[in-house]
Amino acid sequence: MSDIFDPRRWKPAPLLPRRDPRDGALVFVVAVLCFLACLTAIGGLAADRAARGWSGQLTGSATVVVRANGGETPDTAAGRAAEALSGVKGVIEARALEKARAEALLEPWLGREALLDDLPIPRLVTVDLDPKAPATAIALDRALKAAGVDATVDDHSLWIADIERGAAIARWAALGVFLLIASAAAAAIGFATRAAMAAHRETIEVLHLSGAQANFVVRLFQSRFARVAAVAGLFGAAGAASIGALARLAGGGQGLTPVLPVAWLDLLAVAPTPFLAALVAAVAARVAAHGLIGEMA
Amino acid sequence: MSRNQNAVFEGDAVAGPVLRFDGVGMRYGRAPEVLKDVSFELAAGSFHFLTGASGAGKSSLLKLIYLAERPSRGTIELFGRDVDAVHASDRPFLRRRIGVVFQEFRLLEHLSAFDNVALPLRIAGGKPDAYRADVAELLAWVGLKDRMHALPPTLSGGEKQRLAIARAVVNRPDILLADEPTGNVDDAHAIRILKLFVELNRLGTTVLIASHDEDLVARSGQPVLHLDRGRLRMFGRGVGERAG
Repeated sequence: MSDIFDPRRWKPAPLLPRRDPRDGALVFVVAVLCFLACLTAIGGLAADRAARGWSGQLTGSATVVVRANGGETPDTAAGRAAEALSGVKGVIEARALEKARAEALLEPWLGREALLDDLPIPRLVTVDLDPKAPATAIALDRALKAAGVDATVDDHSLWIADIERGAAIARWAALGVFLLIASAAAAAIGFATRAAMAAHRETIEVLHLSGAQANFVVRLFQSRFARVAAVAGLFGAAGAASIGALARLAGGGQGLTPVLPVAWLDLLAVAPTPFLAALVAAVAARVAAHGLIGEMA
Repeated sequence: MSRNQNAVFEGDAVAGPVLRFDGVGMRYGRAPEVLKDVSFELAAGSFHFLTGASGAGKSSLLKLIYLAERPSRGTIELFGRDVDAVHASDRPFLRRRIGVVFQEFRLLEHLSAFDNVALPLRIAGGKPDAYRADVAELLAWVGLKDRMHALPPTLSGGEKQRLAIARAVVNRPDILLADEPTGNVDDAHAIRILKLFVELNRLGTTVLIASHDEDLVARSGQPVLHLDRGRLRMFGRGVGERAG
């Protein structure tokens, strides 16, 4: 080896080893924690979208129960109701449900045998409302009365408050879980970095006693640990994004399930992870290096 | 920075002793003192041995000089300055004027012999082109011309010792401290290492060697600081000495 070493061509080697077997544990811990935090973030965004969907579906529609009177058939009454409601401002579309569909809706409660032809099944009209300026239940009721239709309007107001409360709880719970996981991840990355720094005490001591200024040593270690954490964070984020992408692909247009709809855009939420992991590790390494140098001084 | 500080940190000549201990005591934590009322001076360009039995306080005294520990009482002056009054941010500049050969070498195992020797110069902000030839010359001088690219774990004990010496002297320190530098080598190597130190001393470096090798100390004919259970009991001939 000595015969090929030419001092004239020598270039300073990195003061810290490029690869250190001791970094493996740190990379694993940071990658796993980042993976969990990213997965929670994607889940949180999907939960938020689901909660918005529940509220939107309820506030964007109304159901009208139509009762036939006089010599009118239920289908004719439902048709007239749909026609009357279509002209109301704030209504996008009103559709009379066919008898078979109405029976299907009642079947879970009454059973197939009970749905006899002579049982007066009420006809339903579903109304899609303009989400920006939805028609009120009063306006719908007024239009039905003007058309002489005996009907009851259900604008879901009875359920909306509960659903919105439930949606808010789901949203805040998702955010809370994400913050908890992210904080735990940050704390664990900090501790893991400090533990890894302790293994470099000898190197720090040699540099310190050779006349290195504190900032020289600190910069050396904070950039090294930031780099290690960034790579680990990238692994974790990529893993979580892959799971999110699989969920999106498996669920088609609705994401994993209609209950937890993952969008492609949600996967971008993992993008800052390597930077945040690097930042946390750099700060932890900086604090640890200052602490070790302080002990030595 | 005042002119005097410039002198201290940049290596200009300082009038008086380069090192002065006055009533220095030192303890680790709440343990009993390992050094008690130690007072002495080292003149610039002097050569001393520091002797004493194991546990007498030799390594502790050296640590105080290379600023790895602080005294629990008394005053230490380096290059005419009370080290206790030196700001933390200025202490590295003082350390750069002190070369240390550690008992356990403390070489960075992932760096080549060449990189280990170049370390103090890199830390001091030197450019590779400015010191490349000096490092090669120094490695040749300590007999490691053919081992420049070797990693420390592949070196023998004697080679590591000489590498540690080369690293300690590469930036021409004003004071060279060595802690049991002949403890891990045979007699022939010990003599060779001692000759290196004498040669450095001839170039103007103040040398202080901690050793329990009484034969080597006696053969060297150099003055001796002797520690006995933390007290400086005996002081041999030398320049600017002051009994403690």
